[in-house]
Amino acid sequence: MADEPERRNLQPLSLYVPEPRFRPGDTADFGHFEIPPADAAPRPPVDSAAEAMREASYGLIRVLDEDGNAVGAWNPRLSPERLIAMLRHMALTRAFDERMYRAQRQGKTSFYMKCTGEEATCIPATYALDRGDMVFPSYRQQGVLIARDWPIEDMICQIYSNSGDRLKGRQMPIMYSARDANFFSISGNLATQYPQAVGWAMASAARGDTRIATAWCGEGSTAEGDFHSALTFASVYRAPVVLNVVNNQWAISSFSGFAGAEATTFAARAVGYGIAGLRVDGNDALAVYAATEWAAERARTNHGPTLIEHFTYRSEGHSTSDDPSKYRSADERTAWPLGDPIARLKAHLIAIGAWDEERHAAMDKVLAEDVRAAAKRAEAKGVLGDGMHQPFSTMFEDVFEEMPWHLKAQKAQMIAERAAAGVTAGGEVDPRAAPSPAATKGAGL
Amino acid sequence: MSDGADITTMNMIQAINSALDVCMARDDTIVVTGEDVGYFGGVFKATESLQRKYGKTRVFDTPINECGIIGVAVGMATYGLRPVPEIQFADYIYPALDQIVSEAARLRYRSAGEYTAPITVRSPFGGGIFGGQTHSQSPEGIFTHVAGLKTVIPSNPYDAKGLLIAAIEDNDPVIFFEPKRIYNGPFDGHYDRPVTPWAKHPSARVPTGHYRVPLGQAAVVRPGEDVTILAYGTMVHVAAGVIAESGVDAELIDLRTLVPLDIETIERSVKKTGRCIVVHEATKTSGFGAELSTLVQEHCFHSLEAPVVRVTGWDTPYPHSLEWAYFPGPVRLAQAIARVMEE
Repeated sequence: MADEPERRNLQPLSLYVPEPRFRPGDTADFGHFEIPPADAAPRPPVDSAAEAMREASYGLIRVLDEDGNAVGAWNPRLSPERLIAMLRHMALTRAFDERMYRAQRQGKTSFYMKCTGEEATCIPATYALDRGDMVFPSYRQQGVLIARDWPIEDMICQIYSNSGDRLKGRQMPIMYSARDANFFSISGNLATQYPQAVGWAMASAARGDTRIATAWCGEGSTAEGDFHSALTFASVYRAPVVLNVVNNQWAISSFSGFAGAEATTFAARAVGYGIAGLRVDGNDALAVYAATEWAAERARTNHGPTLIEHFTYRSEGHSTSDDPSKYRSADERTAWPLGDPIARLKAHLIAIGAWDEERHAAMDKVLAEDVRAAAKRAEAKGVLGDGMHQPFSTMFEDVFEEMPWHLKAQKAQMIAERAAAGVTAGGEVDPRAAPSPAATKGAGL
Repeated sequence: MSDGADITTMNMIQAINSALDVCMARDDTIVVTGEDVGYFGGVFKATESLQRKYGKTRVFDTPINECGIIGVAVGMATYGLRPVPEIQFADYIYPALDQIVSEAARLRYRSAGEYTAPITVRSPFGGGIFGGQTHSQSPEGIFTHVAGLKTVIPSNPYDAKGLLIAAIEDNDPVIFFEPKRIYNGPFDGHYDRPVTPWAKHPSARVPTGHYRVPLGQAAVVRPGEDVTILAYGTMVHVAAGVIAESGVDAELIDLRTLVPLDIETIERSVKKTGRCIVVHEATKTSGFGAELSTLVQEHCFHSLEAPVVRVTGWDTPYPHSLEWAYFPGPVRLAQAIARVMEE
């Protein structure tokens, strides 16, 4: 080592930190996006070897062209009736989001997340699956439940944590669970559902079942280890699973570049794992349907998993706790070059003569009324903040199948402490027995 | 508790293997997964011959990916299977923590019972084998701290089989830590003496058939009047050896299950003896011994004649060549007993 000459004039290293193109006040211009024509993407056979279809991970599957026509090899050729049903579920999801967003602003719940602009990333996908197929959702797939005709009153009861909440007020709003709809319990931790979906699919295959599994996560969550664990297992065991990445460009305030979008596509994560990858126009309901149908057929015929990137845009904030005007250009939503998924499906139905503005307006009116009525029914069972709607001691249930002694003791302790402090079962302080504020504080209530 | 089948001599590995075999034969939803568990039968041979017997779709090797092993097990459990994943060493369990802590442990609760995760995570743990920092840890306190998990640690072949069967048949997620130092024979902490095989120990007489050792029940290994020693895993044998050598009339309790804990057995004992020593190999601060000593204080304060004493591993990483200075062995335990008896 001593013989090595000292190296000189070395260039200082520099750390690259990604920066989005547009910040508040900037004019958004998506001219740099390469958007291929709607009929450009070839449709490989569902049994294609993954290495023979790598271009599908870098292109963009599109079906609806600028004039609202369905074109190209990926056109799923759905009946107008089915398209109208799909449109209705997408519009219902948007109406539901609008109402729940307002309900949060009115103080009826603590939190809400809209999927506005992303309705096509899950509702047409749900149409392309069988109802028996298991769904492992992230937190923005309310459209899956709605497309499976789950009662929205039940969803609102969960959002309000009221007496009708089947989850007993334990979960944050929108963290639904609906076993009867084959819809997995939503975790707030990101991408944990990915290896779980792969495990479910592996179990289904091991048992000789015919059902497949699906999962969704956001592009930001593809950076999680769980995502890569899932892809490894899915690839190794050729699991019958459809793995969806909703690339809505933003993970709260972090643009997709912080998940690696400047280097490659998210669908191309499939390439390294040797599984099929499809990149789809996530605002094109027909393209999403077609891609999911392809992937489901591939899984069902033992040809393994598919990773689908849904290229879309998060039109609204991350959640009601987020203000996107603080970090991104307000311009982006209107400048987004792939349009709005509901408007595009509507334009297609009008173009084929199956729909018109009047019917659409009438549908929207009925849906808004349906949501309003469901919200009223749910509200009659209480809203978050007007007291506890479940007996407080239910918090000790379901930690284990059978309550062990230490939880029984803690439950008894809580009941005794609250009784001593004059707190009644409903969670309200009885003014006749109210202790002094100091005493309440001292009791740790 | 046995169903009347034959009894034979087994070491802990054989007992664990027998538990898996018996369960898999009875219930075809049970699957065994993990690194090297298939064809090879596991690095400690706990899953030996199971793949040959039950096929590759029920016993299979996994990628070296603990997050995936547990995440996939949760998904399989959601489907309706009863997975028994192996984490090759407890020291490797940390990449799986989120799937264990945030998912498996809370699934029943967060879904109000719609979904459950009846998985049993088996993992060799503990030191005494010159495994250094990455093959010696005792991380049970991390898991006993999590609501929704049961934590089980056997100390002999009979219990290992019966507890593992009970864990697999339990509908809650169970962390099943196997003290690998005593896989092949009980270890009294005298590392400089020849190893005793299990064959000479009464707990190595194991029924070949199905039986359960119920979760949540401690065992009084040795009744005594003067001091209660609470231990689990390898430390049960270290404590038994010290008691035999010291001549003190100690009551030795093998906890067997940490959560749910058998508080009644502990309480009955300490109220009788008035003294208590808590022994574990894990690091001291925030270890399970802290919980035990607090519980003893809460339940038995007026019976105590001396402060509860902890004999544990030091608050350092597990030091490879200094293992026998780290390990809470017979000398330290004997000193602790003498101190407690002086009070």
